[in-house]
Amino acid sequence: MQKMLGWARVGALVSCLFGSGSALAYTGAKWNLPEGVTEMSHEVHHLHMFVFWICVVIGIVVFGAMFYSVFAHRKSKGAVAASFHESTLVEIIWTAIPFVILIGMAIPAAATLVKMDDTHNADINIKITGYQWKWQYEYLGEDVSYFSTLAAESNRARQLNSGIDVYTVPNYLVDVDHPLVLPVGKKIRFLITSNDVIHAWWVPAFAVKKDAIPGYINEVWTKIDEPGTFRGVCAELCGRDHGFMPIVVKALPEDEFKAWLAEQKSKGTEVASAAPVAAAPVPAAVAVAAAAPAATEVAAAAPAAAAPAAAGKSKDELLAAGEKVYKTNCIACHQAGGTGMPPTFPPLAGSKVVNGPKDAVIQQVLHGKNMMPPFPQLSNDDIAAVTSYVHSSWGNKGEIVQAGDVAAARK
Amino acid sequence: MAHTDHAHHDDHAHHGPAPGIMRWIKTTNHKDLGTLYLVFAFTMFFIGGLMSLVIRAELFHPGLQFVRPEFFNSMTTLHALVMIFGGVMPAFTGLANWMVPMQIGCSDLALPRVNNWGFWLLPFAFCLLLSTLFMPSGGPAGGWTMYPPLVLQMGEGFPFLIFAIHLMGISSITGAINVAVTILNMRAPGMTLLKMPLFCWTWLITAYLLIATMPVLAGAVTMLLTDRYFGTSFFTASGGGDPVLFQHVFWFFGHPEVYILILPAFGIVSTIIPTFARKTLFGYDSMVYATASIAFLSFIVWAHHMFTVGMPLAGELFFMFSTMLIAVPTGVKVFNWVATMWRGSMSFETPMLFAVAFVFLFTIGGFSGLMLAMAPVDFQYHDTYFVVAHFHYVLVPGAVFSILAGVYYWIPKWTGRMYNEFWGKTHFWLSAIFINVTFFPQHFLGLAGMQRRVPDYAVQFTDFNEISTIGAFGFFLAQFIFIFNMIKCMSKKGVPATDRVWEGAHGLEWTVPSPAPYHTFEVPPYVGDDETQSLHGAAKAH
Repeated sequence: MQKMLGWARVGALVSCLFGSGSALAYTGAKWNLPEGVTEMSHEVHHLHMFVFWICVVIGIVVFGAMFYSVFAHRKSKGAVAASFHESTLVEIIWTAIPFVILIGMAIPAAATLVKMDDTHNADINIKITGYQWKWQYEYLGEDVSYFSTLAAESNRARQLNSGIDVYTVPNYLVDVDHPLVLPVGKKIRFLITSNDVIHAWWVPAFAVKKDAIPGYINEVWTKIDEPGTFRGVCAELCGRDHGFMPIVVKALPEDEFKAWLAEQKSKGTEVASAAPVAAAPVPAAVAVAAAAPAATEVAAAAPAAAAPAAAGKSKDELLAAGEKVYKTNCIACHQAGGTGMPPTFPPLAGSKVVNGPKDAVIQQVLHGKNMMPPFPQLSNDDIAAVTSYVHSSWGNKGEIVQAGDVAAARK
Repeated sequence: MAHTDHAHHDDHAHHGPAPGIMRWIKTTNHKDLGTLYLVFAFTMFFIGGLMSLVIRAELFHPGLQFVRPEFFNSMTTLHALVMIFGGVMPAFTGLANWMVPMQIGCSDLALPRVNNWGFWLLPFAFCLLLSTLFMPSGGPAGGWTMYPPLVLQMGEGFPFLIFAIHLMGISSITGAINVAVTILNMRAPGMTLLKMPLFCWTWLITAYLLIATMPVLAGAVTMLLTDRYFGTSFFTASGGGDPVLFQHVFWFFGHPEVYILILPAFGIVSTIIPTFARKTLFGYDSMVYATASIAFLSFIVWAHHMFTVGMPLAGELFFMFSTMLIAVPTGVKVFNWVATMWRGSMSFETPMLFAVAFVFLFTIGGFSGLMLAMAPVDFQYHDTYFVVAHFHYVLVPGAVFSILAGVYYWIPKWTGRMYNEFWGKTHFWLSAIFINVTFFPQHFLGLAGMQRRVPDYAVQFTDFNEISTIGAFGFFLAQFIFIFNMIKCMSKKGVPATDRVWEGAHGLEWTVPSPAPYHTFEVPPYVGDDETQSLHGAAKAH
């Protein structure tokens, strides 16, 4: 429903004059709330339009009277002021009429709210955990879990003075490495929480927005009517990269979803396995890692199988791969030159920790420290590569780290 | 502004202002302090305005061009704190300082030394707050709402933020107590409560809101301080605390605060419209009751700022219904203003232009407020630019326009000179146009999915952001016209003002000479029918 008002048309004209970025809104609507793809989002859209038109009508009446008066009752046109200044009857009328209108608005709004609140009888339960600044999705009871972060291409382009034209980046800032994959036609319950500060998980096409709060598990549900890609963002200020932790949902027909889920399970919870419909290239994937089954448990210790220490990689391989991992995961805080942004984000160049024992560095990557979030979701190869890269860059003189070291550290 | 000769007071020469800078530091005179408050407020409007330009410049195009995200977040946070606590609130306190004693016919505020202290806390508070920008870890970047756990991640500037808030709170409370005590005890004989000008009424109610809620804010930020430094866990889930508790406490302060920022504006507009319509304010009594109703309701709607935190259904329903109720008394006020204009004999000097624009644009902000009240739809609007558009509509063409209207309306009385009407009208039209260019497109941005408090955005939002940025720069530049116009009055250039100043003006402030002498109403005036009939008609003035 693309109901444009007069002023909206004027705005459209102006924006055409500006002429830039006429890309379709990711929500499918440029002027208005999207209708979305769920029953709830349709209801919400209708409520929105309902209240909007009520406001338009009231506005026409009130402003019509006011501007008529402004033009007609002017001293310069010889208007003489009347002397009336109160009327109890009139006051009662214009108290009562808005009250009745409000009741007319409150009833359908309450009905929709009650429906939105009913999270019973869900077919699928997904736990969503907010981190600074990424999302973790866990398919409860399915043993599938992974992190979803801003797509590498967007991440590079969004750096200050990156020199990259953001218009050349597909889905700039609303693209992720691993989208959340959901089936259509099923009632999906989201259990939303946070690991650090408050975030909010918002997908406009579902009319779902819920705060992710540490210590709380909030419930919300949706039932998607049609397959497609739906994009959203973190809506609650969560620190520096609040604007850079988008949400992408891929809604698949049920059989495709089942196939996808089975594939994920067969891989364990290997992170590097992109969803079949992933919108973005997998940034951290290290091609040469294919030889080893880089299995990574997110929460628990890695299986012993992931100890290809004997294989070992050359320093050059590790550094090349490590640079990629660094640029995807570390550069935002520690900066390209390893200078950090002290005192909140310490420099890596010349750091005592980095130039100390390698185990301490691996442990910090795995478990985080202070503001630094944990990165257990990275594969052993990636952690080995990035640790080696940090150890060997910006004048640092640390050791080369192999995937086996990381596997050992996970135990 | 208040600098006046006091020839008529030659028998009390020692009551005149002290010479030099010490006049301003030591003054206990309500007019001097009113001037100080207003100068301070407009300085803060300037600083906060510069911050908004940093924000708008960065948002002109997608991608990061000028600032890092952390600094951007500091700008949004400080812009809000500076504009609310440094701009709008001191500006209203300044207007109350000047006008409340002159409108109720008393010689000064009841507690002049407290008044001096209350003002001089403010420069120190804002030095503390803004000094954080020069610290290595930067200024507060967690939003003016200071939600934990995020705010606890702030660097060494954190205690400066907390103590600055404390000082602002103490300053506001002193100002509020002063206004309430003055209005309740020092009205001239014959000035009953229901004969008071509405500006005094709205400020009296505002004062009670301030006294009730600023201590709540102080408590909330003190708990943040102890969570950070003294090992408590009020708001830390891992220690058994509750991050959402802070939001409840904060918004219990925060929602009445919204009305603290707008009720005095209602009073100013209710004063100006009858003057230029040359007609008695319609429904004086209902205006007072509506204001009181809004103040009462403001205490039971706070959680509508938190619909997405996961409240129980009953809580969401309650806060949705109570919030929608606010539309009733607010609607009554708007209808009364329109009825006051109806069949009046209107002229449109600058104060009236700003007042009419207030009614129009504030009501648009009220409409979006009504939409936001609907909890299920708020899930879509919450934390988007739709909300940003909404509260800027009620705060800028709302509160700020009323302050500008008030200054234009009363400055001839303060300085004895008329401002330049041509430049006043030019200032109005540029302001009215650019403020809409700035904020109207933000409705579309929010509906289409752009979230608040981000330094960068997806490319489809570019058009509206460009328009909004152009509007912001235009609005900022237009304000210099106002500054020069006012400086001209203050430097005694321009046409001398008559005592009555405006043809349709009624009220005690217009019975004293222009410029107002340093001391007024040292002998309480007789409150005659003439000066109150504009408020409630000859029939009621007995």
